[in-house]
Amino acid sequence: MRRYAYAIPYWLWIGLFVIAPIILIVYYSFFDIEGHFSLVNYETFFTPVYLRMTFNSFWYAFLITAISLVIAYPTAYLLTKTKHKQLWLLLIILPTWVNLLLKAYAFLGLFGTYGAVNVLLETIGIGTKQLLFTDFSFVFVSVYIFIPFMILPIFNALEKLNPSLIDAARDLGASEWTTFRRVIFPLTLDGVKAGCQAVFIPSLSLFMLTRLIAGNRVITLGTAVEQHFLVTQNWGMGATIAVFLMIAMAGIMILTGNKKWGVRQ
Amino acid sequence: MKKILSLFLLVWLVAFSLLYVTKTIESSEGYGGDNTVTIYNWGDYIDPALIKKFEKETGLKVIYQTFDSNEAMMTKIAQGGTTFDVAVPSEYAISKMKEEGLLLPIDHAKIPNLRYIDERFLNLSFDPGNRYSIPYFWGTVGIVYNPALLGGKEITSWNDLWDPSFKNEILLVDGAREIIGMALNSLHYSLNDTNKTHLQQAKQKLDALTPNVKAIVGDEIKMLLANEEAAIGIVWSGDAAEIMWENERLDYVIPEEGTNLWFDNMVIPKTAKNIDGAHQFINFMLDPENAAQNAEYVGYSTPNKKALEYLPKEIVEDERFYPSEQLANKLEVYENLGKSMLAYYNELFLQFKMHRK
Repeated sequence: MRRYAYAIPYWLWIGLFVIAPIILIVYYSFFDIEGHFSLVNYETFFTPVYLRMTFNSFWYAFLITAISLVIAYPTAYLLTKTKHKQLWLLLIILPTWVNLLLKAYAFLGLFGTYGAVNVLLETIGIGTKQLLFTDFSFVFVSVYIFIPFMILPIFNALEKLNPSLIDAARDLGASEWTTFRRVIFPLTLDGVKAGCQAVFIPSLSLFMLTRLIAGNRVITLGTAVEQHFLVTQNWGMGATIAVFLMIAMAGIMILTGNKKWGVRQ
Repeated sequence: MKKILSLFLLVWLVAFSLLYVTKTIESSEGYGGDNTVTIYNWGDYIDPALIKKFEKETGLKVIYQTFDSNEAMMTKIAQGGTTFDVAVPSEYAISKMKEEGLLLPIDHAKIPNLRYIDERFLNLSFDPGNRYSIPYFWGTVGIVYNPALLGGKEITSWNDLWDPSFKNEILLVDGAREIIGMALNSLHYSLNDTNKTHLQQAKQKLDALTPNVKAIVGDEIKMLLANEEAAIGIVWSGDAAEIMWENERLDYVIPEEGTNLWFDNMVIPKTAKNIDGAHQFINFMLDPENAAQNAEYVGYSTPNKKALEYLPKEIVEDERFYPSEQLANKLEVYENLGKSMLAYYNELFLQFKMHRK
């Protein structure tokens, strides 16, 4: 009996802050803008406008995750080889202490027509380019913001890796590439999965950056949710999009979850 | 763990003691009783000298707090908790606050200076009979542009924006009513049009503007235009005044097809404690001399007819901010179109945003 008593705060927390909000979102999604019960929001979601928005969101989230991974894995690998690991790690984590909006505003200044980056491009002879309000700047800034969340889990996985396994692989005649492909990467896959989750899921619902950095030329599902709740006051439609976002996220969690990819831990 | 815990405790302790100190200082200065008026206004939207003058004349203490969006202001008032005696929302926010019962009626007998307000600005659709609101400042939506960056080209109308030589030069403000309204006006429709064929036409016209649009942004538009990030911006006249203050190369124009006329108005929210003081403050701000001083400081257009006599000629005769009667007749106030029509406007605006070059 005592054991159950201890669990009460936990269940209260889960009930109030996890289950109740989800039920509320699903509940709101069944009401149209006039407050009548209807399925019209779900109909609207399956129109070309929202389907294209969904596709866009997934495409950008995929790009952000893929680029983060490509940069983060070697970075994490090199980090494990450095002398002052803790210092480097701190330097990587440091930017996450700065508020997201401040970082976005900093990029507004850096990427501007007369900003530092364009001054540099001008002096090395490439010439001024439009950086702000392009797909490039949106993906670049998003990668910059999310990359610590990719590096950390991969770094931890690499740190936990038993170095004698690598020695064993080399003793058995595996080349460096084969060692990486067959030993190191599979054993750090959990870190990669955790990193991908930590980057893909929030980037699917990014919204402030789409306005500040992409000038509303990139419209994701997150932007639409924000608009429906704050501007249009069409909570039903906002909730419907949120329902699909939650389904997508649950799907990603399951896909990158417990399945073992043929490698035993 | 112990260290972290003691650090947290320290921060809490410091925060609480500071809170206590401010409370004691406030009460020793006479705040917090019947002799205060709390004003809730946009940032930098009043001449501070007027607050001093009001305190001196009435013996009331003014607590001045600011907000940066109508939505934030409404949320704070709806929550209650904080006392605000006077607030200054825009007209669309007033219809909403009225519907939600967040406003107290204003007693016109206590505001004799109301007679100085230009009749054009009274008894409008968002508040018939001015039962809940008194005009504070007004303005338009128009075009800020940088003639130097456009090779001396002049802009006089909405339709000028579709000029192919303005490729990638236009910044739009992120507002569905403003941008759809601009397209409707450019087609010579009313910006309160609810005819869906007209609205579809407007959306198509906007799609044709896409190559010229650099970005659709929020408040950053002021900084971006002042830094010459783009040559043309669609903004509220108040923002335009601020941008031109920062960068003198820019000019503002009210498009000849007509545009939106907006108001910020003083209201007494339901959180008011000193209702008498609130009336006194509103009446004080309507005094022609005070209104003129305020208009000169803030740079927006005053609805106070008598105050114009106290303002320098170059301000009153500036047609960009005090348009001629001929142009003024083409200005329209946003009507409350109802939730589903507003949703339709927003849906079209969203589709326009998704339209790629």
